[in-house]
Order: sequence, then structure tokens, then C-alpha cells
Amino acid sequence: MNITANTLVPLVVAIPLLGSALTLALGRRRPQQIAVSVLALTAVVVISAVLLGQVDQSGPAVVHVGGWDAPWGIVLVVDRLSAIMLLISALMLLGVLLFAVGQGIVDGDRETPVSIFHPTYLVLAAGLFNAFIAGDLFNLYVGFEMLLSASYVLLTLGGTGARIRVGVTYVIVSLVSSLLFLSAIALIYGATGTVTMALIADRVGDLPADVQLILNLLLLLAFCVKAAVFPLSFWLPDSYPTAPAPVTAVFAGLLTKVGIYAIIRTQTLLFPESPLSVPLMVVAFLTMIVGILGALAQADIKRLLSFTLVSHIGYMIFGIAMGTQAAITATIYYVVHHITVQTALFLCAGLIERVGGTTSLARLGGLLKAAPFVALLFFVGALNLGGIPPFSGFLGKFALFQAGAEIGDPAAYIVIAAGAATSLLTLYALARVWNIAFWRSPEEVSDYESPMLDRLVEDPEDTGTVKTRTISPLMTGATTALLALTIALTVFAGPVFGLASRAATNIENPSTYIDAVFPNGMP
Amino acid sequence: MSASLTLVVVMAVMYAAGVYVMLERSLTRVLIGFLLVGNATNLLLFLMSGRPGTAPIVTGTASDADMADPLPQVLMLTAIVINFGITALILALIYRSWWLAQLGDEGDTLTDEHAAETLAGTEESFRSVTDDEAASQEDLDASEREQASGRAPASERDPADAPGEAMNR
Repeated sequence: MNITANTLVPLVVAIPLLGSALTLALGRRRPQQIAVSVLALTAVVVISAVLLGQVDQSGPAVVHVGGWDAPWGIVLVVDRLSAIMLLISALMLLGVLLFAVGQGIVDGDRETPVSIFHPTYLVLAAGLFNAFIAGDLFNLYVGFEMLLSASYVLLTLGGTGARIRVGVTYVIVSLVSSLLFLSAIALIYGATGTVTMALIADRVGDLPADVQLILNLLLLLAFCVKAAVFPLSFWLPDSYPTAPAPVTAVFAGLLTKVGIYAIIRTQTLLFPESPLSVPLMVVAFLTMIVGILGALAQADIKRLLSFTLVSHIGYMIFGIAMGTQAAITATIYYVVHHITVQTALFLCAGLIERVGGTTSLARLGGLLKAAPFVALLFFVGALNLGGIPPFSGFLGKFALFQAGAEIGDPAAYIVIAAGAATSLLTLYALARVWNIAFWRSPEEVSDYESPMLDRLVEDPEDTGTVKTRTISPLMTGATTALLALTIALTVFAGPVFGLASRAATNIENPSTYIDAVFPNGMP
Repeated sequence: MSASLTLVVVMAVMYAAGVYVMLERSLTRVLIGFLLVGNATNLLLFLMSGRPGTAPIVTGTASDADMADPLPQVLMLTAIVINFGITALILALIYRSWWLAQLGDEGDTLTDEHAAETLAGTEESFRSVTDDEAASQEDLDASEREQASGRAPASERDPADAPGEAMNR
């Protein structure tokens, strides 16, 4: 219980929201708008870093909003997992914002019009942070809705035909999952008489097993749509690649991970005795394999990356399915690694699009000479995502496999085999991008025939080659900073794993969380 | 927990009809389906408050057992507001996709019109709109002054309409 920590918690939502209002009011004054959003997100980065330090030292920070004690009022809870997610997502949002600012300055804001982009982006940030600190299910729902509403706007920026087409699919799929979530909340309230997660955790065990299973499945369904877990992942590779590069990057890095965060909470805090471990393993297996096989067939870099995104969600589901302390530790580390590397790779794809004028493999070539630094960035990101030692991708996967081997049941070994195969296939898919886009000479591009390209699916929404545009140093800088962060995750893997391990210990003992919300015993 | 059977039946019918309509290809029907399912969910939330009771205001007279559970109603209100906002957004999307469908392929290349646009150009066009509005407002003021001073009865033009007309021009 710490005074400073408690005052800081609501600020992570309040500051982006205020910033959003301010940027909206500043309207067409670009420099001021940029300054406000950068400042707001920097402030959140600092606050979440402080919070992480505090929470790691002295236990979860709990705020009873408006002075109403739980379960009557709204509680905000920051435990180690929340603090880690807050910090990493604030860093990502800041990095991508700088990239977008760099792109906007060069382009005259064609892709990301400032007057709408900045306020919406900050609302997205506020919703994301709200979801991470929510102590009750309904507040989690509100957080989800905030970030989804903002994402609808960001995805359809500019309102071109392609974006509206995919935007409608995305909006409807998200709406269905939100309605499922809301129905689940209603049923949980009917069954337990509360929406405060800590109190549900205490009461849910008294319910009949089948009722528990239904509630658990409803919540999981809703979150699996958001996290893009197979077979609920069909919408993702169609919708994400169409958005502007920075928007795709932030969606890919963070939006699916909120779903993962919610699944971790559901499976460990609300339903720790869940019998769904084996079904989750099956789903993890299918997500990995189907996702990566989809990636192999893509001829567009952004679509290919979206498919690898889906496939790597499988690793996190695998960790959650195992549910042991070691597995949750590995999952947390993997989530942090994957958020960073996937965002960085999508930013790289944005850079490639600007240098080469397209992200279609059929038309790219000779980028190694044209943009050696972009080539280096993409190479490092690709190796990292593919899980080449010593990068963080390797460490995360290795820890997951180790946790699986400790459990030692056949299902776990099968998923480990699938995970290893997925890792190699990811490397294959990305190495092919490297070979075609960077390695071959530009002369080969026209009338070039190769079995490697023949079997690829062209991007259905592909609108052809756009004019190549310059890259501002801010864009390369932001991408480099995110990749440097992934390398820092490798270099400082020891401390990060230590932190993840302590977070996992918290999660394994829900009583830490429950006692923090109800310091004076259960109501 | 006791609940009204009528509400349960209404909720079930709304869920079923909503899901059915949502499966249509037309976006407007999808929207109607969403509204039905959304309101069915609201009813579900409402049903979870159990039997009806007196207003949950602590006056000292009503006993706790007589009061209605206020929490689901609060959740419902929030959900209604969220659904309202999303509905507005979907309507805008539907309008935009109808617009693009009407324009055909041209609709897809709409952004290219703005290719040559610069910040200065945008500001210029904003300024010219402002100038136009100022000019038309002046015209209106002049004609109003004429009417007030001279022959025509003042009721011919309602002054309250004037700003609106200036905007419409």
C-alpha cells in the first residue's frame, strides 16, 4: 500500500484522455498537437515505469475510485502483470506515434490526417491502459470498447474503398465479440452477484461445475475473437494490412495482446480450476500451424506478417493452457517480446513500402542496395521473430518448450513439436521475403519467373504500386529504437525473466490479488 | 432469483431474430441485427437484477430486501450509450460504402484527388469558405436592415433562420 502508487494509477487513463481532448481542441495546429500527444504518452511511459518499480517492491496497487470500497465501487488494480503490460504498451504507442509523426511530416499528413489521427490514437491508448488496470469485468468491457471504437476510426482513416470494405468486416466481428462479452458479464453477474473480479474469483467456485464451464467458455470465446485465436482469426489478415503502416503496427502489436491479457486473467484468476487445458492446447496447436501455413502462401509482406502474428498467438495460448508457474513466466516474457518485435516488423514493412513503393513481393527487388539500413532492420527483426538464438524470440520459445517438457504429457509434446515447426516455417517465410525483396537485383523484377513466386496469393486488396517516397530520420529512428528494445530484451533477459517469474508467482496465487482488493477480508 | 417470464421470452426472440438478420449480406440489415442483439443483451442485463422493487434510495423507510438491484441498470445505461455511439459509426460506414458503390471504381481513387493537396492549400480552401460565409452574412444583414427600415413586413424573414441559411449556401 503506497500513497504515490495509488495516485499514479488513474493517471495512466486520465492523461491520454485529457490529451485527446486537447489535441481535438487544437484542431489544425499541427506542431502543438504533436507536442501534446508525445508529451502525454511520454508521461504515461514514465508513470508506468514508476508503477512497475513500486508494484514490484510492495505488492499490487489498488485504487477505489471515488472512495467507494469494492465491490460497490469501481476498483483499479495494478499488479506486476498489469504494470508490465502498461509499460511495454506505452513504449510501443510512443514509438509508433513518433513513426507516424515522421511519416506525417514528410507526406503532409495524407495517410494520417492530424486533426483526427492524434485524438483517436490517444483514445486508443486510454482504452488500452484502462483494460490493463481494470479490476472489474465491466470496466474491462469499457476499456475494450474505448480501444475498439478508436480502432474502427483508425482502420478506416481516409475512407477509401478498400479500407471501408475491410473496416465493415472488422467492425462487425468486433461487435459480435463485444456483445458476447457483455452477455457473459450479465450471466456472471446473475450467477455470482458481482462484477468485481476479485469477488467473482472467490464466489465462482461455489457454482455447479457446468455453470462455471459455460461462463468460462463465453468469456473465452469473446476474448479469443479479440486475440485472433484460430478458428476465430479469419478476420485479422484481411483487415490489418489495409490500414496505414503505423496503425497496422500498433494494432498488430497491442490489440491482440489485450485479448491475451484478458485470457490470462480469466484462466488464472476467475477460473483457475478450469478443465479447458486440453482444448486450449488443441486450439494453440491449430493457431500455430494454420497461421504459419497461411503466411507461406502470401505474396504481400503486410499480409504475410499478419499471418505470422496469428500463428504466434498460438505460443501464448499454449503457455496459458499449461498454466504452471514456469509456463506463465514464459508466456509473459513471450508477450512482451512479441509485442515489441511484431510492432517493429510492421514498421519495417512501412519503411519497405516507402522505399520500394509497394509491399508486394512480385514487384519488390534490389532493396539491399537501395536501402541498406532498412534491410538491416528487417533482417534483425526477422531473425528475432523466427527465434534464432540468441534473440529474445528464441529465449521465449525455449522457456515455453521447457515448461511444456516439465509437464511432460503427450499433448504438450505435440504442441512443442508444432511450435518448433512453426518457428522454422516463420524463418522460412521471412527469409523468402528477404531473398526476394532485398537480395535479388532490381533488373530481375519484370518478367521474373520462379516457383517461389508462382504459388503465392496476390493481395486481394492490392491497389498497385504507389509512388516511392522519402523516409524521414524520425521513422527510421523509431523503428530502430523498437528493435533496440527487442535486443535489450535479449541482453537483459535475466532481470526481465526474474520480473516475469515474480509476476507469474502473483498470478499462480490469486489470493495476492484478492487480498489486495479486499484488505479487510471478504464482504 | 425471480424474473419476469415475458421479458425472458422477449429477450430470447430478440436474440434469435437479431442473429438471423445479422447473417444477411446487406449492411443495413446487419445494423438492425446488431441493434436487436444489443438490446437483447441489455434486457439480459436487466433481468439479472431479479424481481422488481422500490427505488434503491437509502431513506431509512424501505428495507434492503424491498429495493431493486440498481447495478444492472447502471451497466445497461453504459451499454446503451456505447451501442448508440457504435450505431452512429456504422451508419457513417454504411453511407460511405453506399457512396463508393455509387461511384464505382472512381470511389476507390477518391484519395488521389487529394494527392496534390498541401497544408497551405487546405488552409486556403478553409479560408475561402470563411470569406464566403462572411460575405453572405453581410448580404443577409443588409437585406434585413432594408426590411426593418422600409416597406416589407419584418415577419417575412425570421431572423432566427438567417445564420442557418448563411451556412447552407
